[in-house]
Amino acid sequence: MVRTWISAMLAAGLIMGVTAAGGPAAGIPTIGLAISTLNNPFFVDLRDGAQAAATKAGVTLIVLDAQNDPARQASSIEDLIAKKAGVVIINPTDSDAIVPTVKKLNAAKIPVITVDRAANGGTVAAHIASDNVAGGEIAANYVGDHLNMKGNVVMLEGIPGSSAARDRGKGFRAGLQKFSGVKIVASQTADFDRAKGLTVMENILQAQKKIDAVFAQNDEMALGAVQAIEAAKRNREMFVVGFDAIADALKAVREGKMAATIAQQPKLMGQLAVEAAATVLKGGSVPRFTPVPLRLVTK
Amino acid sequence: MAQPDVNAVGEAPARPAPAPVRLNLQRFGLTIAFVTLVAALALLSPSFLTAENLLNVARQVSINAIIAAGMTFVILTAGIDLSVGSLLALAGAIMAGALKGGVPFALSLLAGLAAGAGFGVVNGLAVAYGRVAPFIVTLAMLTIARGATLVYTGGRPISDLGPAFDWLGGGDLGGIPVPVIIMVLVFAAAYVMLTQMVVGRYVYAIGGNAEAARLSGVNVSRYTVLVYALSGLLSAVAAVILTARLDSAQPTAGLGYELDAIAAVVLGGTTLMGGEGSIGGTLLGAFLIGVLNNGLNLLNVSSFYQQVVKGLVILLAVLIDQRLRRRGGRRRAA
Repeated sequence: MVRTWISAMLAAGLIMGVTAAGGPAAGIPTIGLAISTLNNPFFVDLRDGAQAAATKAGVTLIVLDAQNDPARQASSIEDLIAKKAGVVIINPTDSDAIVPTVKKLNAAKIPVITVDRAANGGTVAAHIASDNVAGGEIAANYVGDHLNMKGNVVMLEGIPGSSAARDRGKGFRAGLQKFSGVKIVASQTADFDRAKGLTVMENILQAQKKIDAVFAQNDEMALGAVQAIEAAKRNREMFVVGFDAIADALKAVREGKMAATIAQQPKLMGQLAVEAAATVLKGGSVPRFTPVPLRLVTK
Repeated sequence: MAQPDVNAVGEAPARPAPAPVRLNLQRFGLTIAFVTLVAALALLSPSFLTAENLLNVARQVSINAIIAAGMTFVILTAGIDLSVGSLLALAGAIMAGALKGGVPFALSLLAGLAAGAGFGVVNGLAVAYGRVAPFIVTLAMLTIARGATLVYTGGRPISDLGPAFDWLGGGDLGGIPVPVIIMVLVFAAAYVMLTQMVVGRYVYAIGGNAEAARLSGVNVSRYTVLVYALSGLLSAVAAVILTARLDSAQPTAGLGYELDAIAAVVLGGTTLMGGEGSIGGTLLGAFLIGVLNNGLNLLNVSSFYQQVVKGLVILLAVLIDQRLRRRGGRRRAA
C-alpha cells in the first residue's frame, strides 16, 4: 500500500515537472526567486516587492519557497537550472549550505543575485541586503540617548550563529560603547521567536530587578517581551526597541507599547533585487553590494 | 501512583495487578535528577527559589506539559504524534481568526478545540484503519496542518484578541495562574483515565501487545483513534494558552514542540516501545525541561553554551534513571 502511494506521488511529481518545464512562453525572460521561507511576514513582503517590480519590468518571476530547508532550496534551484532561468535571485536559508548550489549556477552560466543573506562562496553578481551592523548601532544610539547616559539594558538575541543575530548584536554593543554608563545586564537568545521572547523575558524579569531598556534583535521577540513586561506590570520601568518593523510592531509603536523599531525595507529589497536581475538580463552591470537603507521608526 | 501492570496484557480487561518495587524506583531516578537540578539552581541564583519565579516556571511549563499529556497516551500505545506543534498553530489560528471575524468567544474556542480533535481523529483513522506507521501519518499531518495554517493566515500573525483571551493566558484564580490551573485539570483527568478507568487499561494493553489486546476483546482501532484525537485536542488546549499569552496567533507557533513533548514523556520514564510509563512521570519530565530553561536564563548563560548544557542535563537525567531502573529490574527478578 505504501509502495503504491509512493509510486503515485512520483508519477504526479513527474507530470508536474514536465508541465512546469514547458511553462513560461519563449521570449519572455524568466527570473527565479528562491526564498528561504514564506512562513514569515518579512519574506512575504520581500516577495510582494519582487513581484511588483517583475510585473513592472515585464519579466516572469518564479517564486520558490524553501520552507527554511537548505536541501529543499538546493533541489528547487536545480529545477530552475533545468528550466534555464535567465537570472536566479537567492535568499539563502543558510549562507554556507547554498555555496554548492551557487557553484552549479555558475557552471550553468546563470547569473546569481543574493538578497538579505549572502552566500559564503561561489560567484555572485550582486548582493542586496540591509546593513544589520548599522541597524544595531541605530538601536544603540536610540537607547543611549533616551537613557541619559546611564542604565541597565537587556538584549534578546536571535538564532545563535545566524548572521543577522551576529551583526545586529555587534552593532548594538559597538554603538553602546560611547554611552559609558549604559550596560548590558543580560543577553539571552530567544531564537527570533515571539513565544520564546515571552518566556525568556519572563525569566530575565525574575533575575533583574532594575531594567531600563530592552533591545530585541527582531520584533517578534520584542512583542513577546512586551507581553511579559506588561504581565509583570513593569512597563513604566523600561522601554522596548525591536528590529524589522513588522506590522504588529508598528502598531505597538503607535500604541506606545514599544518605543521604537528599526525598519528594514523588505519590499524595497525585493524590488531592488528584481531590478538588478532585469539589468543583468539585459547585459548591463550592477554594483556588487547594494545596501538597503534602514530607518528608525518611533511614534 | 498505582500502575496497571504492563505484563498483564493477555488479560487486559481484568483488574491490573500492581508492580510496586520496580515502578517506584523508576520514578525515583528522575526525581533525584530533578531535585539535584533544583538544588543547584537555588544555590546559584537568588532569584530561582522565589514563589514568583516558581509560578512563572509553572506557567511556562503548562504548554509543553499539556501537549506531553496527550503524547503520553499516544506513546503508551506504542505510537508517536509528530503533528502536535502544527496542530497547535492551526487551532490557534482558527480561534483567533474566528474571534476576529466576529464569532463569539466561546464558539471561537470550541472551533479551535474541534479542529485539533478533528485532525487528531484523522491521524488516528490513518493509523488504525489505514495501517500506516504513526511516524509517517503524523509527519504528513505535521506538514499538512502547518501548510493549512499558512494558507489560512496568509503567513501573518493574527493579533489583538481582546480581554477574554487575555485572562486565559495572564489571569489567575487565588494567585494561581489560569494556565497552571488548566494544566492541573488536564493531568488530573489524564491520571484518572489512565489509572482508574477501562480506557487506561486498554491503552496500556494496546501498547504492550496490540494483537493480544485485540484477541482479548479490546477494540484496538477505536482506542487508537481515541488517543490521537486526545493528543490533537490537548494540542488545541495548549494553543488556547499560547495564543492568549501572546495575544496573537502565530503561523510559526509550535515549531519543534513535538520534540519537547516527546522529551518530557521519555524523561518521565514512558518507553517509546509502548505499554509502560506514567502520566506523573511526564509532568515531572516537563518540569525538568522548564526549570532548566528558566535556570539558564536566570544565570545569563551564553546562548552557545545553553544548548550544550541542555543536552547534557537531559542525557544525564535519563542515564541516572536507566541505572536505577535496571537495578530495580534485577531486584525484582531476584
